[in-house]
Amino acid sequence: MQCVVTGGNVKVLGKAIHCLSRIGDELYVEPQEDGLALRSVNSSRSAYACFLFAPLFFSRYSIPKELSFRCKMAIKSVQTVFRSLATLEKSVEKCHISLDEQKDRLTFTLHCKHGLLKTHNLSYQDSESLEAVFDKDSCANVLRAQPRVLVDTVAHFPTSLEEVTVTVNDERMWVRNYVEDESERSKVMLTELCLAADEFDQFAIKAHNSITFCLKEFRGLLLFAESTGLPVSMYLDEPGSPVVLSVTDSVLEGNFVLATLSDDRSPPKSNRGADAEQPQPSDDFMNDDMDSYLIAMDTSIAPGPSTSDLPAPPVAASRKLPAPNNRSRRHSEEEEEEDGEEDLERPPDKKFRSLFFGSVLPSSPLMSTQPVTTQEVLASDSEDETEAE
Amino acid sequence: MKFRGKITDIACLNHFTRVVTTIAKLTKTCVLQLTPDNLFFILSGKVTNGGVGMRCQLLQANFFHEYQMEGVSSELNQICLEVGPDNLSRALKTVQCAKSVKIKLSKKHCACLSISAELPTLSSVSRVVTHDVPVEVIPRRLWQEFQEDNMADFDVSIYLPPLKTMKNVVDRMKNLSNFLVMEANLKGEMNLKIQTDLVSVSTHFKDLGNPPWGEDSSQDGGLSQSRDPESMAEVTVDIRKLQQFLVGQQVNPSKAMCNMVHQSAVHLILLHEDVSLQYFLPAVA
Repeated sequence: MQCVVTGGNVKVLGKAIHCLSRIGDELYVEPQEDGLALRSVNSSRSAYACFLFAPLFFSRYSIPKELSFRCKMAIKSVQTVFRSLATLEKSVEKCHISLDEQKDRLTFTLHCKHGLLKTHNLSYQDSESLEAVFDKDSCANVLRAQPRVLVDTVAHFPTSLEEVTVTVNDERMWVRNYVEDESERSKVMLTELCLAADEFDQFAIKAHNSITFCLKEFRGLLLFAESTGLPVSMYLDEPGSPVVLSVTDSVLEGNFVLATLSDDRSPPKSNRGADAEQPQPSDDFMNDDMDSYLIAMDTSIAPGPSTSDLPAPPVAASRKLPAPNNRSRRHSEEEEEEDGEEDLERPPDKKFRSLFFGSVLPSSPLMSTQPVTTQEVLASDSEDETEAE
Repeated sequence: MKFRGKITDIACLNHFTRVVTTIAKLTKTCVLQLTPDNLFFILSGKVTNGGVGMRCQLLQANFFHEYQMEGVSSELNQICLEVGPDNLSRALKTVQCAKSVKIKLSKKHCACLSISAELPTLSSVSRVVTHDVPVEVIPRRLWQEFQEDNMADFDVSIYLPPLKTMKNVVDRMKNLSNFLVMEANLKGEMNLKIQTDLVSVSTHFKDLGNPPWGEDSSQDGGLSQSRDPESMAEVTVDIRKLQQFLVGQQVNPSKAMCNMVHQSAVHLILLHEDVSLQYFLPAVA
């Protein structure tokens, strides 16, 4: 494998690495025919990011035709290659990425001014392909905005804030800080920001939804979008379905898939724990239309004393379930309303869903948007699991 | 009980934000007292906060374009709220470029000071951001602690040296000791001293001047006249508390002075054009 990046693109590549480092600890590298894919996922598998740099992004891009190669490496070590982004643009003229299969090294060579050569030999591990299964085209709502609009929006929220709730209707988008605990609502400052539809380049709303997702990863993507000046598209659907944030131009594509809270717990209605009370769905869940959605696995187990009266195994539930499950869900919500008081005393259980990953399909010529129809696994490989720590 | 204020001028907004940020550096929670003419941020000197007290007065007319309030009753036309000044400061900091900012007492999920700002955008519609800062309405029976006390008769009143200089000195001394002795006399001299087993450090300021306190002050004019100008009044204070006060100062006040009651308290007073900040430091035993 030989890739050469020149000029301003070195900085773009560096920004992408920094952006991925906000997601997870490992960088998954996969040279594909349609470009170099860099991916990362967080340890709880609730956030996934992928950048695909098309061959045209590089001044030279050649990958071995016969064997497919993929690897993962500590993202920190790759970050050091692109340390000090500010000076990168001025000092580095060319970046050369090559694979030394004899020594199992991925070599980054930076050709700097005055003939200075910086070579980083990074060791890697073999890995399975990491691909989240998602289909942004089926999302009901699509918004596209200049990065500045969104950067100014998130600037109103404190950096310590973990999650935001985004609500859309036909004319507006609201962003609020998400407060997990009802009793805390009277103690923390609540912020709400309203953006009119005409601040967006595109504002196509089919369903009035309200979703909650992590702010940190969103900020990460915005950093990248702001430095490259690329508009950010948001694909959002129902609560529980992942939100996809993407930046695209002719030579690169970045997709961030973030899990959303599965319950729309818009105040004052509290239907916390509704999912947890739902009986574990029968096997027909497995045959559900999972290839068009990033389906979710609920990894949270209600902590503390309530565990005893809840079904202990993680519940794989989703709003994408067929009718019978939807009914049981409604039923459980009714139940929940009856004993709402009891629920208030329950420790908060966050119901972020982890994302669902398709396993390797080496022959697949397409990117992660390609529905994976075979070999799905609900849990990640055991190897991955240990690596995630 | 109603309160509604609007700031439209960006300089007023910046100024107000700076004051609130200064308060936020001094205390985690305080009382916001609203009267028809003034806003007060008050920290009453309770044992729980180490006896440190604070009182900051702002003339509303100098900050607010519109200001409407209706107190608990017509004879007690004021509102007392407990607020976290850091929340207020954070909310105000994000809306520095706003076209206008409204501050309103509102009842949402709890009593809130809602700060809503109209932000400029490229589109025809403004962007609106609302920060709801939770507050607690303080019942009337607790009000008397927030009334301004008469100042204790002080022994020495003196103008302070530039706060930045004083901060530098105190910052250094803090590394050596937990307690600092402030002493001053009526000849315009002030000393900051620390004493430990290993080292004694003292910094001397002179020609600072002593503010004239007229008949209207609580100070008995005759007493200071009869006092020996050379004799020092001294107070030992907690150095961290003094440092906290010095760190928070973002703008140089037009007047900075200090009243000392021998071996019992230091009363620091900063006067700006439209804001006054008083800070009470008790002596440590």
